[in-house]
Amino acid sequence: MYGKGLLKSLKVTWDRFWDTYTEDISWMLRGKKRYNTVEGVAHRSSKNTRGIFTVQYPEEQLIQPEESRFIPFLVFNEGADGKKEVLCTSCGICAKVCPPQCIWIVRSNDPVTGRPVPEPTEFYIDADICMNCGFCAEYCPFDAIKMDHDFAIASYGRNIYNMQKLLKPSSYYESIRPQNFKIEEEARKAKEAAKAAKAEAAASAPAA
Amino acid sequence: MATALQTSTVDLAARFPNKAAADTRPGFTGFIVNKENLIEVATAVRDEFGYDLLTAVTAVDYIAENKMEVVYHAYKTTGGPGLTFKVQAERVDPIEVPSLINIWAGADFQEREAWDLYGIKFTGHPDLRRILMWEGYEGHPLRKDWKEPFFEEEVKPFKSRWPEGKHTFAEQKNPYRDNLNFPKDFDPENFVVEKEEDLYASLERHTTKDIEGNMKTDHIVVNMGPHHPSTHGVLRVAVTLDGETIIGLKPVMGYLHRNHDKIGERNTYLQNIPYTDRLDYFNSMSNNFGYVTTVEKLMKIPVAERAEYIRVIMAELSRVQNHLIFIGMLMNDLGTMYTPSLYAFEERELILDIFEAVSGARMMCNYYRFGGVVRDIPDDVLQKIKDLVLERIPAKTDEMERFLNENEILVARLKGIHVLNAEDAIKFSVTGPVLRASGVPYDIRRADPYSIYDRFDFDVAVRHNGDMMDNYLIRFDEIRQSLRILEQAIKQMPQGPINSQKPAYQVRVPAGEAYGRIESPKGELGFYLVSNGKPNPYRYHVRPASFVNLTAVETMCKGAKIADFVALLAMLDIVMGELDR
Ligand code: SF4
Ligand code: SF4
Repeated sequence: MYGKGLLKSLKVTWDRFWDTYTEDISWMLRGKKRYNTVEGVAHRSSKNTRGIFTVQYPEEQLIQPEESRFIPFLVFNEGADGKKEVLCTSCGICAKVCPPQCIWIVRSNDPVTGRPVPEPTEFYIDADICMNCGFCAEYCPFDAIKMDHDFAIASYGRNIYNMQKLLKPSSYYESIRPQNFKIEEEARKAKEAAKAAKAEAAASAPAA
Repeated sequence: MATALQTSTVDLAARFPNKAAADTRPGFTGFIVNKENLIEVATAVRDEFGYDLLTAVTAVDYIAENKMEVVYHAYKTTGGPGLTFKVQAERVDPIEVPSLINIWAGADFQEREAWDLYGIKFTGHPDLRRILMWEGYEGHPLRKDWKEPFFEEEVKPFKSRWPEGKHTFAEQKNPYRDNLNFPKDFDPENFVVEKEEDLYASLERHTTKDIEGNMKTDHIVVNMGPHHPSTHGVLRVAVTLDGETIIGLKPVMGYLHRNHDKIGERNTYLQNIPYTDRLDYFNSMSNNFGYVTTVEKLMKIPVAERAEYIRVIMAELSRVQNHLIFIGMLMNDLGTMYTPSLYAFEERELILDIFEAVSGARMMCNYYRFGGVVRDIPDDVLQKIKDLVLERIPAKTDEMERFLNENEILVARLKGIHVLNAEDAIKFSVTGPVLRASGVPYDIRRADPYSIYDRFDFDVAVRHNGDMMDNYLIRFDEIRQSLRILEQAIKQMPQGPINSQKPAYQVRVPAGEAYGRIESPKGELGFYLVSNGKPNPYRYHVRPASFVNLTAVETMCKGAKIADFVALLAMLDIVMGELDR
């Protein structure tokens, strides 16, 4: 029969249309909020999602997975009396690995000894050129540069991020990437413990 | 060594003594054919040895040896390894090499590309115009002595970045503070594109008379695009029309050209991975896959077992979402605005959620590494993959079929509208679903298995009518087969490390060449790499499916109505990021 296929099509759209109401009503009856809640958004990106699928940005936001990555930042530890202990040692690996070459690092030498000082004097990332690839964070041997979660950074001008803009405390890093932070902390502690044990063994060896 | 065995099946040097010789450079395979005998040898390669599918044609500039080399990769549609042959010409303009367009019509665009970017004149090519750069452009940008605007150094990493890195704006180095490097006396205000006539001259035209023979009808030339909603990006198509019937058609491309190959040759091997994401931006996972397998071939390193499975899972998920979007966008092109495409986008979004959770980005995944992948799949994400693959996507694919397949309007638009027959498809080097819908069961996953595809049980989707309906339905078949592969991969995935190598930002790649190819959702995605042992590839070439498939577009559309053109173009499933590179 001509038109049967059309009716079949319409049935699918009708079902979908119907779902939007039944879904909303069922949430209401269960006394839950489908919109503007984390639970609601999570449900909308699960396998059971039916009905309205749209996430109304900016009122609502998709749940960002931990690995989500945008422009990198530099991590510092908050030392005593508010001193920023920058983890970066200006080794230059991130500048070398960066595919569009958008990292500029100024390393300086100690005026007295002439040796390079670890902390970079200047550190720039050209945020307009950065392709958010994550290589810098992946290959930094000191966990000093990490990818951010902040994506709402559109602007009219040219964006060169300097040290001031790039530095963020490790507590912020922990808050956006708790699991990675934990793994790295554990690795660091294990390494330190191993080092201490070695030093101890070395110290006790001649005595024995 | 696998590559040595592969070519030993056909010995061109024994068949053509004094006309062809084995390529004996260390790490190289295949045969070097004399320029004068190219046509003869190539004809034999096709007719005698049965290599009916010429997949890749590209050139390499060996400036130190003062040579230009054209490299051909031919395969059999019945499967099996390929045959590589090359011709060399002295690097003195004009560099001339005979065109193979009469043997494999699929060489058309690729030879034009080699002319455009390397300045190799293919004698006997009927329409040797520039293809990616505009007419009137000077120079051939892939030559080793050509330097791009904002040129800093031959290769990355640039020395200025560290340890004295003071930031400078790249655009400030340019007199126009713009993205272009103009000749000295260039006046952008009065610039007219030259030689546009060549394009129009290349279009087929003839005059027709009415039945009594007294009224002549004129043909009109219509330019569709580059800003046209249905050309899937900035593609322009010049069409000659007789009434509503297409009688001649030439695509004009390059509006999104960024010389990906040149960027790739400046990059280190690792730095290329995120750049490949930007080729076919719907399938960054597949692009990564193609590139890393090629580099692994060169490096001769194994891939971690678990990573093999993860790679297959990601690539197949990518294929599923690509085909869903294809169906949705095809409906848009046919005038079913937005409803089907948004249904398709729902499933795609769910798949992109998975990509984001494992790789950190929804579209620009940058997930594969040499020897494995960058990180493991977390348990909750694996659960989500299972949920989607086992429950949701099969149900939604069924729903999509219920929704569309029998719809009379859709059937009327698709059924019986001819796309390509098998013979033409092979001739024009068309690969992927379009080739399979015309009755050729050629799928690289089966024909020349890479990674671990030989471990899975799946069928090569094939349909036989070669009309639009088959081209549309085959996408559903392929989704189903991908789901089968996914199911098996999830079940069989072992525990273990996800990379066979230590993470290293500089990899050592021994000198040699490699051509790696995978079955991307759009067809054959190939990478041709030449290494000279340095940290950067000497030659980095992408053989994109979209670009080569488009070679057949004129044949596909001739005789069709202009109203169907949009849908015919959609069948090729082109993506400009890959087409223009
Ligand atoms: S951020 Fe890391 S990789 Fe970059 S210079 Fe600092 S320590 Fe080296
Ligand atoms: S994310 Fe990638 S592009 Fe951006 S600064 Fe890091 S390495 Fe460079």
